[in-house]
Amino acid sequence: MEMLSGAEMVIRSLEDEGIEHIFGYPGGSVLDIYDALFESSKIEHFLVRHEQAAVHAADGYARSTGKVGAVLVTSGPGATNCITGIATAYMDSIPLVVLSGQVPTSMIGNDAFQETDMIGVSRPIVKHSFLCKTAADIPEAIKKAFYIASTGRPGPVVIDLPKDTQNPLLKFPYEYPKNVSMRSYNPVKSGHKGQVKKAVKAISTAKKPVLYIGGGALLANAREQVITLAERLNLPVTNTLMALGLFPGTHKQNIGMLGMHGTYEANKAMHNSDLILCLGARFDDRVTNAIEKFCPEATIIHVDIDPTSISKTVHADIPIVGSIDVVVEQMLEAMDEISITVNEAERAQWWTQVEGWRSKQCLSYETATATKPQAVIEALYKHTDGKAIIASDVGQHQMFGALYYPYDKPRQWINSGGLGTMGFGFPAAMGAKIANPDTVVCCISGDGSIQMNIQELSTCLQYGIAVKIITLNNGALGMVKQWQKMFYDGRHSHSYMESMPDFVKLAEAYHHVGILVSKPEDLDKGFAECFSEKNKDRLVFMDITIDPEEHVYPMQIKFGAMDDMYLSKTEKTTS
Amino acid sequence: MRRIISVLTENESGALSRIVGLFSQRGYNIESLTVSTTDDETLSRLTLVTSGDRAVIEQIMKQLNKLIDVLKVSDLTEGPHIERELLLIKVKAAGFVRAEVKRTSDIFRGQIVDVTDSLYTVQLAGDSEKLDAFIQTLAASTEIVEVVRSGVCGIARGERCLKA
Repeated sequence: MEMLSGAEMVIRSLEDEGIEHIFGYPGGSVLDIYDALFESSKIEHFLVRHEQAAVHAADGYARSTGKVGAVLVTSGPGATNCITGIATAYMDSIPLVVLSGQVPTSMIGNDAFQETDMIGVSRPIVKHSFLCKTAADIPEAIKKAFYIASTGRPGPVVIDLPKDTQNPLLKFPYEYPKNVSMRSYNPVKSGHKGQVKKAVKAISTAKKPVLYIGGGALLANAREQVITLAERLNLPVTNTLMALGLFPGTHKQNIGMLGMHGTYEANKAMHNSDLILCLGARFDDRVTNAIEKFCPEATIIHVDIDPTSISKTVHADIPIVGSIDVVVEQMLEAMDEISITVNEAERAQWWTQVEGWRSKQCLSYETATATKPQAVIEALYKHTDGKAIIASDVGQHQMFGALYYPYDKPRQWINSGGLGTMGFGFPAAMGAKIANPDTVVCCISGDGSIQMNIQELSTCLQYGIAVKIITLNNGALGMVKQWQKMFYDGRHSHSYMESMPDFVKLAEAYHHVGILVSKPEDLDKGFAECFSEKNKDRLVFMDITIDPEEHVYPMQIKFGAMDDMYLSKTEKTTS
Repeated sequence: MRRIISVLTENESGALSRIVGLFSQRGYNIESLTVSTTDDETLSRLTLVTSGDRAVIEQIMKQLNKLIDVLKVSDLTEGPHIERELLLIKVKAAGFVRAEVKRTSDIFRGQIVDVTDSLYTVQLAGDSEKLDAFIQTLAASTEIVEVVRSGVCGIARGERCLKA
């Protein structure tokens, strides 16, 4: 058997796992691993400028491909800098493996230099974690980590590697395990047959059903099955923020995103429905509004791979535990078996009602002398043929990006939906671009968010990562400002940034291309330049001055039902 | 609603902290917690006493099951079960009280396991209510110096069992 040191085992295990890209930052406790990495021809390493960005980049890589993202950092600050990134991935169920160095086992607990109890610190935000106490533990821990991260409800896994386990002088027999078997971890795939049948029967008798799709459907790559089901049942479909693109944005049955900033028609349809078929969503507070007023007439079928998501906030009448792709397949089979047909007349009536809501055109906006953020996203859609991968930061621009760019493909829209991490977008876009070098990858950001990981302009220079940064610059923390305007009598406490840098010069300082768009009439020209052949392989930073007074609408009214919404600064629903 | 939950988990470092962490992280109560290995050294068995409404208990069970190290979770209070807790109590036992403490201990089937001129240490096993009653009775006749309780451990009656 081949003899390898612990450090070599780390790299070889990653190679044997099929890892081609890793994001990281070296330091004292991982120098031996980095030394072994130096020899690897199979793994390309990307040196970020802050460990948080390494995790977000691996996250964007994972979200855009469905593969597991890999991160390598040192102990102490290297590890703790990863925490926000790990929490982001955990909230959105993104498969990551984070390898962190640790002080030697003999020093653990001694408050040694750059020591942090990474297993302890990360415990509430990981799916699982491993502390390798000997080099011999490493291959199995890595095998298990990738298995756990990518199966069941995916999530981040941390492996803590004390320095002595990496010792290059001590060699051990190496073999990468072929299979994993864990008696305590056996995620289910298929749903309970009886429950599936029950669900299908309930759907067949529903007069006003809605299909409510969440990120779980996307993670399960259930696009084809979901489209087949939706078309066969001819029902209105709404995607959550996490599922945009799973059901095509331009499909006629798509009634848009639902929830706090969901469309009028989606929230209305949900509230007035008599049956909700929820596939891989979790009735998040940003969707339901006041729980006690949530969809009073609806029978709820909840399909999710994670039993803890079922009946957590909203009671499920028909719970089904399983992977969305498999369960929807089972539903289609069950429909054939008991020959379910849609009552055309009833369905037509329901659609008439939904189309009535849709005709309100809740996303229309006034044009003005200032550039409207909505118009920026629409122009971006036009200039990218609706085909770009869009990684978003967090704030108003995120909602505009979600509402005004109809995503037709899954994994096209990448955002921090659960944790709402500002600073996520740019490094996530980097990861997505590395994974999809031939696709246009944009980061939609704001002047606040972009400055939270702007140091990565340097990483992009080093590796020629040609992402396009579309910054909606309103000189303020837009979403905070919107809330302050609406709910705090316009007391704009610390929501302004009065020292905005010259982003064009900043981009140029890193040898990138900077484009300032300060007037609406320059928008098309700016985008044309951004996506020109000349700039194809360049990072372009677009600093777009937008109307600082613009709010995101629709917006649910706090403590209300799903369909209680502000529709503009002057209009709200009456109920 | 008081519930006694049994958990079978891998006997690995960090397994216990994940369980305890889950309770604090999600705001669940822990009234008592006992843990030890079983006849199989690779397994740990925990008994947790918690409380909450139906939905909370359902979430606790599911969240425990979701932990990677956890093999089995069972709510003992769903069926007939045996619940035991161990009490060690040190009380003043001087003068006429000395005999009274002895009598009370006998009535509750406790054992005096340590003796000084002025103190008795009594050991008593039983369900939590019995232990409460014993402490109350002693408190009425003498001064309690120190109390230590093990927390509940439990097992289902009859055929029902929790095995890997």
